[in-house]
Amino acid sequence: MSDHPLLRVNAITKYYGSRVGCTDVSFNLWPGEVLAIVGESGSGKTTLLNAISTNLMPTSGTVEYRMRDGQFRDLYRMGEAERRFLMRTDWGFVHQNPADGLRMTVSAGANVGERLMAIGNRHYGNIRQEATQWLGRVEIDADRIDDQPRDFSGGMRQRLQIARNLVTGPRLVFMDEPTGGLDVSVQARLLDLVRGLVNDLGLSAIVVTHDLAVARLLSHRMMVMKEGKVIEHGLTDRVLDDPREPYTQLLVSSILQV
Amino acid sequence: MPTPLVVSEVAKSFTMHLRDGIQLPVVENVTFAVAAGECAVLGGPSGIGKSSILKMLYGNYGVDAGQILITHDQVTVDIASADPRTVLALRRDVIGYVSQFLRTVPRVAAVDVVAEPLVARGVSHDEARARAVELLEKLNLPERLWSLPPATFSGGEQQRVNIARGFITDHPLLLLDEPTASLDAANSAVVVELIRAKKVAGVALLGIFHDNDVRAEIADRIIDVSGFRVTRDAA
Repeated sequence: MSDHPLLRVNAITKYYGSRVGCTDVSFNLWPGEVLAIVGESGSGKTTLLNAISTNLMPTSGTVEYRMRDGQFRDLYRMGEAERRFLMRTDWGFVHQNPADGLRMTVSAGANVGERLMAIGNRHYGNIRQEATQWLGRVEIDADRIDDQPRDFSGGMRQRLQIARNLVTGPRLVFMDEPTGGLDVSVQARLLDLVRGLVNDLGLSAIVVTHDLAVARLLSHRMMVMKEGKVIEHGLTDRVLDDPREPYTQLLVSSILQV
Repeated sequence: MPTPLVVSEVAKSFTMHLRDGIQLPVVENVTFAVAAGECAVLGGPSGIGKSSILKMLYGNYGVDAGQILITHDQVTVDIASADPRTVLALRRDVIGYVSQFLRTVPRVAAVDVVAEPLVARGVSHDEARARAVELLEKLNLPERLWSLPPATFSGGEQQRVNIARGFITDHPLLLLDEPTASLDAANSAVVVELIRAKKVAGVALLGIFHDNDVRAEIADRIIDVSGFRVTRDAA
């Protein structure tokens, strides 16, 4: 286990005018660790995710990332080109709606291959081979490689989006409601897949979800948000089995039992 | 050899915010130790807080007061105050836990559920699976079930998957929450044999066993949890 965090988030605050997005959120993320951010709609989860992943400039606070050379860099002090390169190679971002993370009118293979080309791969045969292999890992048949994602089902699109993100061997993946909008059997398949890939690849991940079952299955650690603040955080099992805050108790007691 | 588990003056209560913040006291002044190679059993009637004690030891429940000291490789950690990362590292390498019910993961085959703790410790998939098969065989789980996800298994079958998962590693401390509750006599006897082997290997075991026969076979000592009941009136 590494003795340095991968990501240091310090007092991130985001206001939309006078309205609070999220306030004063600080945490470290360690290599191989999966952190779930849970809370109801409007609690600031996605704002926080976007502020950390440099999609949304925070009002104040810093986000530092440990680069492959071991040095921490403040993400908001990096040049635009360098930050974009980081996002294309060392990071992944899985959107709730696959259409936001995929190019819907180019083939599945090209969707995966594009990220490889971004890191300098130029050999067509190698790219196609790698793309085929990744489609296999996310359980998409190789004969669909030339089809466009708009011809795919919702679950397939989401799996393709995951392949596109993981093909460059990122160290950190952000996921925004990765199973939202999928029916439960498709959800189970996706969760199992994500869980396996995270374990096998030793990824760190930050997963935003309102589904506590998803958090239990995927995450090691959990933060509960309400009205823009982190009201409870800790080991996922502890937060779910022994919730302390009134709001967390309400969330946990609201889970439907099958 | 240092004592692997020392519990000192631990207290636990629940605050139910959804019911006007009433306090439910569970236990207080919980103090005991378990030595290597020993099997201690938590005794007392249902609802007295036995499972809660195991859950505090495994980090699933927070602790209001006191210390839970786990010693491994000459390093002592207080799990009552440890950060999540430390708790996870302890679970991977030091503390094993067989819960009352198996938490099933969709689509993962029984054999992989059992092998997972070994894989997490860096053992190859093939070797871990081979060890898993060995244990499932010993626990008489029919071979046709090994490649199926345990969600649809019977209670006793799930329980045996859970036991195999808990016993597959060589964790020096093992917590057992009624592992034989839904097993027949033959399979209970297998579990007794597995526990004996752990004792010989120097593992410290702490368990809850309602089955008197099983308890008589394996317990070196009974820790009476009634003694930790909260005596003062809850406000």
